[in-house]
Amino acid sequence: MTATTAHLTRADYEAIARELDAIRDEVAGDLGERDAAYIHRIIRLQRGLEIAGRAMLLASSLPPAWIAGTATLAFAKILENMEIGHNVMHGQWDWMRDSKIHSTTWEWDNVSPAEQWKHSHNFVHHTFTNILGKDNDVGYGILRVTPEQEWHWANIPQPVYNTLLAMFFEYGVALHDLELNKILEGTNDPEETAAKLRAIGRKIRRQWGKDYLAFPLLSGPQFLATLGANFTANVTRNVWAHMVIFCGHFPGDIEVFEEGRLEDETKGEWYVRQLLGSANISGGPFLHLMTGNLSHQIEHHLFPDLPSNRYAEIAPRVRALCEKYDLPYHTGSLAKQVGSTWKKIFRYALPGPRGVVPSPSPKAPAEHPVAA
Amino acid sequence: MINPLWSAADPRGRIEAVRHEAPGAATLVIRPGQAWRGHRPGQWVKIGIDIDGVRHWRTFSLSSPPRPDGRITVTVKAGPDGFVSRHLVHAVRPGTIVHLGAAEGDFVLPPDLPERLLFLTAGSGITPVMAILRALTERAADRTPTPIRPRAADRTPGVDRLPGAGRMPDVVLVHSARTPEDVIFGAELRALAERVPELRLYERHTGTDGRFKLAELADVCPDWAERDTWACGPSDLLDEIEAHWRTAEAGDRLRMERFRLALPAAGAEGEGGGGRVRFSASDIEVDADGSTPLLDAGEGAGALLPSGCRMGICYSCVGRLRSGRVRDLRTGEVHGEEGHVIQTCVSAAAGPVDIEL
Repeated sequence: MTATTAHLTRADYEAIARELDAIRDEVAGDLGERDAAYIHRIIRLQRGLEIAGRAMLLASSLPPAWIAGTATLAFAKILENMEIGHNVMHGQWDWMRDSKIHSTTWEWDNVSPAEQWKHSHNFVHHTFTNILGKDNDVGYGILRVTPEQEWHWANIPQPVYNTLLAMFFEYGVALHDLELNKILEGTNDPEETAAKLRAIGRKIRRQWGKDYLAFPLLSGPQFLATLGANFTANVTRNVWAHMVIFCGHFPGDIEVFEEGRLEDETKGEWYVRQLLGSANISGGPFLHLMTGNLSHQIEHHLFPDLPSNRYAEIAPRVRALCEKYDLPYHTGSLAKQVGSTWKKIFRYALPGPRGVVPSPSPKAPAEHPVAA
Repeated sequence: MINPLWSAADPRGRIEAVRHEAPGAATLVIRPGQAWRGHRPGQWVKIGIDIDGVRHWRTFSLSSPPRPDGRITVTVKAGPDGFVSRHLVHAVRPGTIVHLGAAEGDFVLPPDLPERLLFLTAGSGITPVMAILRALTERAADRTPTPIRPRAADRTPGVDRLPGAGRMPDVVLVHSARTPEDVIFGAELRALAERVPELRLYERHTGTDGRFKLAELADVCPDWAERDTWACGPSDLLDEIEAHWRTAEAGDRLRMERFRLALPAAGAEGEGGGGRVRFSASDIEVDADGSTPLLDAGEGAGALLPSGCRMGICYSCVGRLRSGRVRDLRTGEVHGEEGHVIQTCVSAAAGPVDIEL
């Protein structure tokens, strides 16, 4: 058991589950007009920005129009992926029963097909958060972000990989559900992999058709300028999304766990694993909006399907619960979290430190230990 | 985004007026958008309205024939437990955008208009019949509504045109309501009966005169068995009517419209819950108790169902309810209506359930 949870008793875990469930029920029961108005407003804002950005880029040969159009389009794409797409596909807005703003129908502005993303993210990552060997988001299969991961000489250039991953993050996300490790081991279902690849191909064609063909063509002789602007907007969105997402599970004293912990994991233990494995970014409302409220990663991981506009409201209560049970509440400024993440990427490119093994698990001590 | 009525794919309408009709009943005048494909008198439409952020779909009979101004009307009676109907009658304001399905139903006049017709209605069962009566009388008075949507009419022959131009058939309407004031469209019906000699109106006020018994029908309308008949009202009345017509071997002359209220399955709120669960896409049925997730029940019966976290967080297992209600195993709340998407891993059957998985 980890040092951070050694003091928790079984009763504590049960109480934590009860208290967090109560917060969830309270918020879920209170959802209504105010929340619906929020997401409608954000979607209107996003569409307005996208139209404005694309319109400005119809004059992309003029440098001011190029800069303003690219920035506006990047802003729109960030909003679409972060505060809208990610959260809608989580089912956060399913309660409205609006078939358009629904986890089963939303397709986002990203080369990763919604269907595959929902599997790799909503199910695999959110259920097995920070379990080494189960949660493919730990290092995304190519990075060593924690000493518990075995070092390999291929980790040496990982600061370069990470820079490339940041720039082309959406492609990394698109390949994520293929589970490359399984393909390398030969344990994948080749038919399933082929079907997924075809779906990714279709989505890439659709995205490229829009950003690198249709809109550039619309701007006529400025084809290349518009194409460059759209590419820049996509890369900007990718770098931002990568940064926010890496701040969610890699900075500071975030913990990872070994697979054995999943055996008979109780709801309270699941909640505590989410708490220990997630980190927030402190900042103002604009930062929260731009991160899709993943700046409240802790609250998001406790309640992945509660609407994102509610995370800021419940954050003080989650933090108070952490204090009450003497649990860490990982948070810090964007600069601090980004710095800490990159420091790890550089540090763990090299071997060591020695003697670190994954936390067996912050499990409740058995009441009647079996005699050895 | 710019004008909700312009959507070509998603039919919507704007409520332009809410007219009081009778105690607890109101007519909504709706201006449909581009995607509306027209209707025939007697058909019904699904209307989706957002109340406190949540979309609710309900089915209502259209109470007007196609109108020259392109508006459609539905007349709603607020039921004592009808959350949506009460909202529509008492709270909704002009300007509200509603979502529309396509007009549906066979409760319409045939291409060859019969000589003699009988309408048997009770309560808000008058609404589809009102649309038919208005169409018939407008037709007869040669105030033929100009086809308002020629394009739509061309695509769907007969949508805007009624057969038998200019001729009013012989019509008997037998309608039951508690009091004269409770008769929806009461004033209009009485005025019509006065003006149109071919229309005979028999009002039954059940509050003072008791329920209308089908044994009395022969007194009111001796040739009832020879008339093409349209009946709309509460389920038990329709059951009686159906039996009565069958006994008289006139079943083929009878058309009925049952209220399509999404009523919770009987006993759904009862202790324990549970019920017969049908996974319609897998064609598998199984009995499940009130504490077993639908997902487990289905898998136990051999259905290949989508699944994920099995704790209600990932939305991989969702399916669309065709009927029935479910209990959220986390909160105990019983919920669900036709068309709702539910999480099978944290929902148990509360009565019989049919789910599209």
